[in-house]
Amino acid sequence: MGFTEVYDYVAGILDWLAAGGPIEGTSAGQPRAGDVARGDVPTCGLDERLGEVAARAHAAGWDACVVVNQERVVLGLLRAKELDGDPGSRIEAAMRPGPSTFRPHVPVAELAHYLVDHDVENAPITTSDGRLVGLLLRDDALRAAHGHHQAEGDAT
Amino acid sequence: MPREIDREGVRRLAGQGAQLVDVLPAHEYREEHLPGAVSLPLRKLEEQATDVLDRHRAVVVYCWDSA
Repeated sequence: MGFTEVYDYVAGILDWLAAGGPIEGTSAGQPRAGDVARGDVPTCGLDERLGEVAARAHAAGWDACVVVNQERVVLGLLRAKELDGDPGSRIEAAMRPGPSTFRPHVPVAELAHYLVDHDVENAPITTSDGRLVGLLLRDDALRAAHGHHQAEGDAT
Repeated sequence: MPREIDREGVRRLAGQGAQLVDVLPAHEYREEHLPGAVSLPLRKLEEQATDVLDRHRAVVVYCWDSA
């Protein structure tokens, strides 16, 4: 075709979205999971004791904690029920291993539906290689989805 | 044969005036695309590329992912 300089962005727009790159289009303005997830969620390691982790989480105003390794890759999740367990137990034994995680680019409205349908309080948001971005709370997701829906309605 | 590039390569080339080409179906392009990208669905790429694109500028094509 006569084009001498042609490149293939093999990883595609999914890679671009996952990295939080700017986009154009009809869905450009809608809030995404990465925008709403709380990056200040407490984290802990596998070898810690539940009592100390629970105290730390509660002191910070949280009833959840994400279990990560040194690279911040998500290994498990402690929700309110797990944090109330035996304080002497190791995190590895107390946690919910391998929780369902979602990517930052997923529209928050979609995740709000998921969290409600599955009666889940929160979900870790991670990069494509499993590193924690933040914890998406169901109430935050619903608020963000509702707020965007109202704004769209006002605009029409 | 196109050369593979990564995200930073795309940013760099876009900054230098490269033409970004989204080969996904038009309705997907309308929902979201890279800033400044043009829509040339794959099945129309060969037919329309020379009409739509400048042969003297770099071209970066992309799809949804590597699958």
